[in-house]
Amino acid sequence: MSLGTQIFSSDSITQLAPAEVSLTDVSKAFGSGPDRVEVLHNINVTAAPGEILAILGPSGCGKSTLLRLVAGLETATSGSVCVDGHLVTGIDAQCSVVFQEPRLLPWRTVAKNVQLGVRDSGTSGEIQAWLELVGLGDFGGYLPKQISGGMAQRAALARALIGHPGVLLLDEPFAALDALTRMQMQDLLVEVKERIGTTVLLVTHDVDEALYLADRIIVLGERGQGIVETISIESPRPRDRSDTSTIPLRRELLRLFGVHV
Amino acid sequence: MTVTAREVESTDRATRDEVKQNRRRVSWAGAALLGMILPASLLLLWQWFSTNGSYSASQLPTPSAVASALLELIERGTYWTHVAISVQRVLLGFAIGASAGLIIGSLVGLSPRASSLLSPTIQAIRAVPSLAWVPLLVLWMGIYEGPKVTLVAIGAFFPVFTTVASGFMHTDRKLIEVGRAYGLSGIKLVTGILLPAAAPTIFAGLRLGLAQSWLFVVAAELIASSKGLGFLLIDSQNTSRTDILLLAIISLAILGKTTDLILATIEKRTLKWI
Repeated sequence: MSLGTQIFSSDSITQLAPAEVSLTDVSKAFGSGPDRVEVLHNINVTAAPGEILAILGPSGCGKSTLLRLVAGLETATSGSVCVDGHLVTGIDAQCSVVFQEPRLLPWRTVAKNVQLGVRDSGTSGEIQAWLELVGLGDFGGYLPKQISGGMAQRAALARALIGHPGVLLLDEPFAALDALTRMQMQDLLVEVKERIGTTVLLVTHDVDEALYLADRIIVLGERGQGIVETISIESPRPRDRSDTSTIPLRRELLRLFGVHV
Repeated sequence: MTVTAREVESTDRATRDEVKQNRRRVSWAGAALLGMILPASLLLLWQWFSTNGSYSASQLPTPSAVASALLELIERGTYWTHVAISVQRVLLGFAIGASAGLIIGSLVGLSPRASSLLSPTIQAIRAVPSLAWVPLLVLWMGIYEGPKVTLVAIGAFFPVFTTVASGFMHTDRKLIEVGRAYGLSGIKLVTGILLPAAAPTIFAGLRLGLAQSWLFVVAAELIASSKGLGFLLIDSQNTSRTDILLLAIISLAILGKTTDLILATIEKRTLKWI
């Protein structure tokens, strides 16, 4: 059973119109007075439509916050966040988020959880098509507690994609999975991305993941330092995990985090 | 990509779940049997101590004496009246108290402003031992049904209020965020995320409230009444009818357990996903 044939035999899944994401002089601070912490300072970055942009950084550098600003879950202290030229002022149907945990609603079946992605509209055929796309065709009727963590995260991916988002926001989506499942999910993401278009913002702390998936990597420094490095990766996807040509890049990136190899 | 080992494993798990469920169904009868061991032994002990001369008949009548007291009261036509009036007071008081607890608990749990407004007062009222209200209730509402139902309602209110409020307050922030991220807000966020997430806690509160209702109906009937199982308790004590006293206690145990079982069944049906 090949995932490819499943995708192409399904009529319900259409190409999405990828959106542009641009952040201009974005700063974000939490708290006030002496407790005030500026997590992001003067961030300027633009993700082109259809690009996979990886945001890499040490923990606490504000990379998740950056993603949440685009999602409309947080509001920037100053500067502007735009999706397709429109200022983000709240939750926007253009963007879908996949969190580090699947966060499926435990009282809903897997299919009903996916349906949340289209605000509980959508036909059962459409839902089934997306379930099959992520390899969960037979599991729509299951409850979240009955499936494995990797399967739950696939369901979360289907939930994010069914709403035809122009931007897919991934907040360390594979970090909690075991190594093998993580690689499977990365491959799934590549396949799905090639099939449906969409711009992807991927927050990760995994250098190899960023190198394997991204068109461009931005590296955030310690809290408030902003973007310390931008790296473009030209090679087409799907990429070879044992490709030796990325070793210098990998070394360079790890060095930024104080790891010397 | 082919079906992964992980998925096969999960299918296995699903079948295992079914098997487990079947096993559970079979063992249900076993559990019921196990649960009957203690009551049956108690009955035997009771029979033993009531006939071997350790206690006089007025201290501990035999089980058969209690059974005949039941028949006697049924014949006189009073037993079902006592049961019915107590049940009515419990159901009415519980309905009122639990509804108020649900509404005010939801307000306090969902809105920090409502919490700041109401919580201090409710906590203070809660600190008053509920029976302390009895004289005031009698003074205000007379001696008929009003004060009794009100007392039961007070008894039911607090556990329901407390658990509902904390259930809503402690809803998993991450699930709320998912709801928001997928466009839910306002009342839709409450019914779509908060309510189902808080449902297990709410049911626990309702069952506590129901237990409290039985406690308070007996208290109310002990203090001032001419009908009901609580009245039967105090009346049988005054007339030295220990058989009727035991009958009232057993009736309360059965009624309390039955009403809780009904609520537990509704809970199980509603919370299938747990």
